[in-house]
Amino acid sequence: MVISMDNNVEKTIITVVGKDTVGIIAKVCTYLSEHNINVLDISQTIVSGYFNMMMIVDMNQTVKEFSECQKDLDEIGQEIGVLVKCQRAEIFDMMHRI
Amino acid sequence: MINIFEVNETNNMVEHENLDVRTITIGISLLDCIDSDLEKVRKKVYHKITNVAKDLANTAKRIEREFGIPIVNKRISVTPMALIGGAACRTTEDFASLADMMDLAAEAVGADLIGGYSALVSKGMTEADELLIRSIPVALCRTKRVCSSVNLASTKTGINMDGVKLMGEILLEVAERSKDRDSADCMKLVVFCNAPDDNPFMAGAFHGVTEADAVINVGVSGPGVVKRALEKVRGENFEVLCETIKKTAFKVTRVGQLVAQEASRQLGIPFGIVDLSLAPTPAVGDSVADILCEIGLEYAGAPGTTAALALLNDQVKKGGVMASSYVGGLSGAFIPVSEDRGMIKAVEAGAITLEKLEAMTCVCSVGLDMIAIPGDTKASTISGMIADEMALGMINQKTTAARLIPVIGKGVGETVEFGGLFGYAPIMPVNKYSCEAFISRGGRIPAPIHSFKN
Repeated sequence: MVISMDNNVEKTIITVVGKDTVGIIAKVCTYLSEHNINVLDISQTIVSGYFNMMMIVDMNQTVKEFSECQKDLDEIGQEIGVLVKCQRAEIFDMMHRI
Repeated sequence: MINIFEVNETNNMVEHENLDVRTITIGISLLDCIDSDLEKVRKKVYHKITNVAKDLANTAKRIEREFGIPIVNKRISVTPMALIGGAACRTTEDFASLADMMDLAAEAVGADLIGGYSALVSKGMTEADELLIRSIPVALCRTKRVCSSVNLASTKTGINMDGVKLMGEILLEVAERSKDRDSADCMKLVVFCNAPDDNPFMAGAFHGVTEADAVINVGVSGPGVVKRALEKVRGENFEVLCETIKKTAFKVTRVGQLVAQEASRQLGIPFGIVDLSLAPTPAVGDSVADILCEIGLEYAGAPGTTAALALLNDQVKKGGVMASSYVGGLSGAFIPVSEDRGMIKAVEAGAITLEKLEAMTCVCSVGLDMIAIPGDTKASTISGMIADEMALGMINQKTTAARLIPVIGKGVGETVEFGGLFGYAPIMPVNKYSCEAFISRGGRIPAPIHSFKN
């Protein structure tokens, strides 16, 4: 199944966790803009000394497959030394909303 | 909109608290495979299973990746084989050859286990039922993935004591045949009272005759998540305790519901049920016994254990029921011994006995589960233990089960290592007094008075 072609799939959550360093958001956002992935919301915090970011993005316009994006983002994360995860938003919606 | 704390909470559950989907189980009806020609049945069984479940492993992998939630097992359950093979099988070997086909089909689609080498004999046994039961030792010994279950009793029918007697003997035979592997094949055999038709958990999964052609049943887990949540309410009263368990169970079950819906959509197979059981594994932080300790017991088995487990089981159900459109299966807390680090510790410390475990099965799902007993235990004694467990289920109108492992060549004080998810178990002492005369009476125990509701 190609997620990007499926209009029912609305949002994707990207989380970045790791040691704070210069340019984390820039690197991730550059990738997203290059692949036509729209950022809807960003929030970040520091949890016990670790950089913690969450993005809500819309992947409906990208031609990239979901699994490819996951792989690419994972590689970008490894380059900067942080953990980048990319998950469909439904799991969070289901768990935290009735 | 979802916020960062909620996202972190969910991901923490997966990364640090062992939240996972324990199993996606496809239930497949094999009723249309019945034929009087054994060769035809074998072919049809293989074809039907591999056809319906062909995308199981890939779909599970995809869901796992997209949502970031581990799916530990991919399983299949089929219609009780005694019904499917009844017209064609004349010998135990005929039945065992059907187990071979189940094994091959499961392997072909990448399923970890396949359940349904089963007979439902809660009132009486047909010839086919008895043949299948007698073939269980051979079938389990030569297959890898096949699991077997026998329903020996129900609230509506009473207890089939001939079946109970037979299963004591069969269990010892299974143990004997796999004695070079610490009688490990016994793990693939379970006996039930009030067996559910839609249980996704092994070894007891089968696809009941009341079910549709194919369904998706999902079993969630998450003892670690409940334990961690309870750490935050230490010393609080029971109201706070129960609320915390309920809310946590809700969250865990929601994940199961999502995975079940998604698997159903992607596979094109209707969604059956979510089984909201707390199923432990030997991994650190994945123990039901540790939850009992967190509730306030020094060890599982201490006085108060039955009450603590009753509360836990009930709150899990209350939280879970609201989270899923259909719940079923066993739904509650599992208390296997070898698969739960906290239980093993309790046995080693001498805190828990077989009798206490039996009491605990009155208030939780399933029953005496994954308990290693001495290999020289008599068949009639095993039957007696089974009969006790069946009586609890029959009278209390609940599912109970027994999955005992008589370890041939080993005795109390020794330990058996089953490996992986099955863990290890210290062999527990069994009451040494005989029930031979009771078991050899024959016949059945009538249904209890409260079953007559018509």
